[in-house]
Order: sequence, then structure tokens, then C-alpha cells
Amino acid sequence: MGIISRGFSGRRSTADVKLPPGQYLTTDFPVLSAGPTPQVPLDQWEFTIDDGTNVLRRWNWKSFRDLPTETVLVDLHCVTRWSKLGTSWEGVSLDTMLADLKTDASYTLFRSYGDYTTNLPVKDLRNKQAWVVFRFEGKDLAPEHGGPARLLVPHLYLWKSAKWVRGMTLMHHDNPGFWENLGYHIYGDPWREQRYSGDE
Amino acid sequence: MWRVGTVVALHNETATARTITLEVRDWPGHVAGQHVDVRVTAPDGYSAVRSYSLASAPNPEGRVQITVERLPKGEVSPYLTQEVVVDDRLEVRGPIGGWFVWRTQQTEPIQLIAGGSGIVPLMAMIRSRASAGGVAPFRLLYSAREPGAIFYRNELQAFSDHEHSVSLTYAYTRSAPKDWPRPPSRIDAALIANATWPSNLVPTCYVCGPTSFVESAAGLLSACGNSPDKIRTERFGPTGDRQ
Repeated sequence: MGIISRGFSGRRSTADVKLPPGQYLTTDFPVLSAGPTPQVPLDQWEFTIDDGTNVLRRWNWKSFRDLPTETVLVDLHCVTRWSKLGTSWEGVSLDTMLADLKTDASYTLFRSYGDYTTNLPVKDLRNKQAWVVFRFEGKDLAPEHGGPARLLVPHLYLWKSAKWVRGMTLMHHDNPGFWENLGYHIYGDPWREQRYSGDE
Repeated sequence: MWRVGTVVALHNETATARTITLEVRDWPGHVAGQHVDVRVTAPDGYSAVRSYSLASAPNPEGRVQITVERLPKGEVSPYLTQEVVVDDRLEVRGPIGGWFVWRTQQTEPIQLIAGGSGIVPLMAMIRSRASAGGVAPFRLLYSAREPGAIFYRNELQAFSDHEHSVSLTYAYTRSAPKDWPRPPSRIDAALIANATWPSNLVPTCYVCGPTSFVESAAGLLSACGNSPDKIRTERFGPTGDRQ
């Protein structure tokens, strides 16, 4: 326990919810981005999967939108300490996008329009854990929240859910992405409070 | 790792914002633009943590300053702006962040754009430049609701009068002083064109403020020819127009 702050009583949540350690509940949807919001026209959008050498899969907006979609209800946990519960998203499961793809790679690096990157283990993308989403609460995803399409990996801190995604590279070794190179945790599990690179 | 900071000075910047100076034993040092986590704990062990940008330049004394704006429905900011007194102790962790930073080795023109309390990390950059005796060309465009909402006014004035001055432009959104050249309004293309470095000087731009402000300012900087990879942003607060 920390040192007592004289005169601080705090405001306990009355809601019967369990949040990851160090998080507080918000009903807003704050925006965090490192730079300007890219504007990505749908007729130029594409998403590719490569192995560092060859492009293995490629979708344009139409072929991507022809894939079967799922609607999911998930909680979001941002490393800046807000959590937002019960958010609704529509998108394509990574299970669908990785189906029939034979790979022995264990890691991936996602790339975004605007040059953001973030790394994720392949095992965190399969089995209904990750989606490329294009609709939030029934509406097209706004550009400041990652539209036209962003990654959604709700079991990890939200910086892993890269906005404006354009592709992923399969890798045999874990390589840090943008924030992971700037002092944030390589994996980012909110329930283990893996915020910064020094965290266990 | 949490460190104990002792409050050594308090200063009210505005009616709702206060600067807290902490002396932190074994502070590892920081770079302008970084932030800290601050933890406060109730007698029963309940604790709350918030992130605040550092306002102070790096210094050898282990002193760190934050400026906290009181949020009407906040849990921690009313405590920090109204309850804390000198000699109180707060726990801090950091410094954190390696992207929205200005280092004294940078010599290129710097464009700072602040919306409201977004001035805080930019002030750390201005102070860092001054304490290092730097001469990198700095411009600051600072948008606030009204003159009374400006943080660090006297110090900013002193920096803009200095021989290696920081060029300073205020813009107001609600009410402006009498005879102010620009009527109260949000930042727009004309203001960005007049009050920021021309893009052919290839400035590095730092934009900090509420989300809608940052969206707008970063978009206007891009439209003026600044490359997106030269525009660094830091946003805070709710989006306002959603939900």
C-alpha cells in the first residue's frame, strides 16, 4: 500500500464491476494518437499479410467487406488508465483473415497508415481474440478512432489495437513497435498491469 | 517504481489550475514533454492514479512540477488543486513517454501549439531550452478561453522579451481583451498561416490540447504543407461530441 494522502478520500465506484488494477471507469471515448489523423480513401485502402518477403494475402476494401463479419461486445482498457465497458464493434475476425494460412511464425508486427506499428504474438490473434473492425456502436468508425478500419484486441491495452491498419508482417522473433520502443511494455496485459517496459 | 515526492511549493496559475512543485528523492531526471503518474491513497488503502505532464525543465535538484487543472467532476484533480498543502507527500512514478519530447540537442525550428492546459508540456520545452541556454527558433501559439485562463503569463512574457526570444501568439475562443486584433474564435487556417513557421523551414510541430483542438490544429498544419511525420500530438480529455 502507498503512503496515505492526508485528506484524500477518493470516489469508489458503486458499479459492481471488476476493473484491471489501476484503471478507472469512463463513459467517454478519449482519443490518443501520436500524430495527425490520416485520411484514408476507401478506394485506396488495402490490407496485406506478408512474411517479410512475400505478400501472402491482400484485400481491397470491397474484398475485405465481402468477408463474413461479427459483432462483438467488449471492454476497453487504455494504458492512460481509463476503461470503457460494453463497447460494440463490427468487423472481421482475425480467425477468418488467417484461415488457411500455414505459418510457423510466432509474432506479428501490425502496420498502419501514418506509419504506426505495434507487435502482437500470433496466439493472441486467434480463437476469437482479435478483429479488424470498421463499425463502432452501429456507425462507420470515425477517422479519429481509427476509421476506416482498426485492429481490435480487447484483452490487451488499447495501444495494441492499432488504428488505421493496413497490414501485418509475420515474424519468427518479437520486434517492438512504436510505443513498445518508447518505454511501453512489449506485451501489455492490463490484468497484470504491464504498462511500461520495466513492468514484470 | 513509485517514489515519494514532498510538496515544496504551490502556486495558483488561474482560478482553477495550480502548479505543485515536488522534491523527489532519487529522481532519475526527465526530458521536456514527458509525464508522470501521480498516486494518492486514502486511509483505507483505496488509491487513484492519474497522469500529468511535467511542467518543469530538467534540473539537478530533483524538483518536478506539474500543473493540474481542476475538473468539475474529477476525483483526483480537486484534491490536488484544493487540498494539498506544503510538506504533504505524493507518490510519483516516471518519467514516462519518449515521443512527445523536445531534447536540447534539437536545433531545428520548433512550433508549439497549445490548447488550454495543453500548454504544460510545451512550457517544459520552453523552460528546457532556456535553462540550457538554447537558441533553437521557438514559436508558441497558445489558444485559451479567455485571458484569465492563460497559465505562466509573466514567465512567457519574459521569454518573449529575451534576446533569443520565443515568439508568442495568444488566441482566445470565448472572450478577448479590448482592441484584440482577432475576435474570439477557434483556431483557423488564417491564424495557423500567420502565427506558425512557414512549412519550408521544416519545423517540428508539437500540438497539445483537447482532442477536438488537436484534430483541428494538426489538420491545419498538414494543410499548410507540414509533413505529418513532423507533427507530434498529445491529446487529453473526452471527445465531447460522442455519447
